[in-house]
Amino acid sequence: MSDNSYKTPQTTARYSATFDEYTMSEIRRAAATGIYDIRGGGAKRKLPHFDDLLFLGASVSRYPLEGYREKCGTDVVLGTRYAKKPIYLKTVITIAGMSFGALSGPAKEALGRGATAVGTSTTTGDGGMTPEERGQSKTLVYQYLPSRYGMNPDDLRKADAIEVVIGQGAKPGGGGMLLGQKISARVAKMRCLPEGIDQRSSCRHPDWTGPDDLEIKINEIREITDWEKPIYVKIGATRPYFDVALAVKAGADVVVLDGMQGGTAATQEVFIEHVGLPILAAIRPAVKALQDLGVYRNGKDSVQLIVSGGIRNGADVAKAIALGADAVAIGTAALIALGDNDPHLEAEYNKLGTTAGAYDDWHEGKDPAGITTQDPELMQRVDPVKAGHRLANYIAVMTMEAQVVARACGKSHLHNLEPEDLVALTIEASAMAQVPLAGTSWIPGVTQF
Amino acid sequence: MDNISFDLDKKPLREVNQLLHGDAAGLNGKSFTIENPNGAHSIAVGLKSDVHVTIKGHAGYYAAGMNQIAKVTIEGSAGSGVAENMMSGVVHVKGFASNAAGATANGGLLIIDGDAGLRCAIALKGADIVVGGSVGSFSAFMAQAGNFVILGDAGEGLGDSIYEAKIFVRGKVKSLGADCEVKTMDAESKKILTDLLAKSGHVDVKPESFTQYGSARTLYHFHVDNAGAY
Ligand SMILES: Cc1cc2nc3c(=O)[nH]c(=O)nc-3n(C[C@H](O)[C@H](O)[C@H](O)COP(=O)(O)O)c2cc1C
Repeated sequence: MSDNSYKTPQTTARYSATFDEYTMSEIRRAAATGIYDIRGGGAKRKLPHFDDLLFLGASVSRYPLEGYREKCGTDVVLGTRYAKKPIYLKTVITIAGMSFGALSGPAKEALGRGATAVGTSTTTGDGGMTPEERGQSKTLVYQYLPSRYGMNPDDLRKADAIEVVIGQGAKPGGGGMLLGQKISARVAKMRCLPEGIDQRSSCRHPDWTGPDDLEIKINEIREITDWEKPIYVKIGATRPYFDVALAVKAGADVVVLDGMQGGTAATQEVFIEHVGLPILAAIRPAVKALQDLGVYRNGKDSVQLIVSGGIRNGADVAKAIALGADAVAIGTAALIALGDNDPHLEAEYNKLGTTAGAYDDWHEGKDPAGITTQDPELMQRVDPVKAGHRLANYIAVMTMEAQVVARACGKSHLHNLEPEDLVALTIEASAMAQVPLAGTSWIPGVTQF
Repeated sequence: MDNISFDLDKKPLREVNQLLHGDAAGLNGKSFTIENPNGAHSIAVGLKSDVHVTIKGHAGYYAAGMNQIAKVTIEGSAGSGVAENMMSGVVHVKGFASNAAGATANGGLLIIDGDAGLRCAIALKGADIVVGGSVGSFSAFMAQAGNFVILGDAGEGLGDSIYEAKIFVRGKVKSLGADCEVKTMDAESKKILTDLLAKSGHVDVKPESFTQYGSARTLYHFHVDNAGAY
């Protein structure tokens, strides 16, 4: 007798791990438009990161400091090597360079206000310095970029430090782009371009090639500014040992090292996700280069290292410092503190076909939060005073969190944190950060298992 | 007019530049000569007052870089990036200029009597440049604004990805870069050219002997049909 109730079972619908939903949607998008995807933000895929490290803290073999009672310094001096006027910051957390053009005037002003309130620096970006930004930033770093949009010697002299940008972690080897929607009359005028065009920023500096020329270029900037200002060199993380060594040789006071999680205003998706190193893998080789050249924490001769790319909280800050950085820079996190991708705007994000937290079409200039836009109405939504206050709170929290961790490790200054204080949760992170796998003394590539 | 002379064999360039950056009120109207430049880099960079500096010989990289208001004459040849990012004033190279002459210059006038190397007027942002001789390849790459006059020939890829700058060439152009095309010279452009020829000491050169080049503006918006040109 046959069982009529038995039906041949069907397997459940199964998506391919290789051709996942996002991948398929991108194939369809490319097929329909014939142009690559451009977006803002940093790498979205999961990468080995600071979360893969843990602090050991103190116990019998190490002695902790009393929380809130015993001093734990957070300040940093940048640019001691050659500059007559080094920069002094109260916290090791700085604001990364983000262009006026990519960001609205009020957003730039808010960054300046927030940074100033907590005694740290902010940085200009592609497109030049705005009076709002200079006015509200006690310490302002002026970027000297390949495009030289808006670059002029008066602003160079007004800056507190100068950052020669060679690359960014999100797109090492790539130039910038700012699409027509954001080339407003003011942005166009500052960049000396026709209004509304899709603008490209070059990927190489126009008047120098290679490290020997860079040395002469840095010297020129020093001569123009009478050797007063620290000169930073910013690089995307690719070959950190060699690039840092060459930057030092060229005369940098400070090296800024940006990992692949680092945000961008607008870049091709393929570039953001597939070029460069995660910051975790880049810090130790960079520090090694400084050590080999005798400029690592060596008094007045020191070249300071600022790292960035996916810094989100005080633990990330402390881990970056423990691996050897002197300071960190934040971009994306600062924008979130100002109000970017905030859930209270969900209905408006939905109208743009996305959701709060995932919005990354910053190049389109329609940001409901008024931050990554040049639309005069949308940008009114940023109250520079309130947004600046939120940023100041956030930096203060991160600084205190870093202190909590440092005190637990028995350190009276964040700079006393060291790789010794860390272990890794994964073999990958252990190899990249060169700290032992938790519970072992094994560092792949360094010690025997 | 006072003339003060510095000998770079005896006085460090740092001191000379520092002095030239002094208070405009004390410097305006003064003339300076710099003896024995011997190819030093960054001579007379960052000037910002109404002075006339004459460099008696060859200068290295970035001579008169970021110049404002001042007049700088180089009685020899200039290294890479002469008058780079100049804002105003006049820089006159009596010999040849190396690569990237007048790069990103925003204003003022750069006169080069001899030839200029690769990438002359790269990313030009509004200045005027007159080259008495020929220019190397990739000149006026991404030139945004300003006027670029070449009495001799131009190398490969002239005006690649050019924006709104105007280029005038009297001789031959080896090849034009992407989105650069021949333009018909209108009355306004002819006047610009005539004035620049007069200002740079080429009074008897006829504007009619030049061909004008500029942007075809086909790359102003990213588009799939332009893919081959990016
Ligand atoms: C909106 C935006 C604009 C940016 N513009 C610039 C720029 O003009 N120049 C630059 O060197 N980096 C720029 N960056 C990169 C930042 O300076 C920094 O390297 C990066 O944001 C750090 O990583 P994080 O975003 O994960 O903190 C930009 C980043 C963002 C998010």
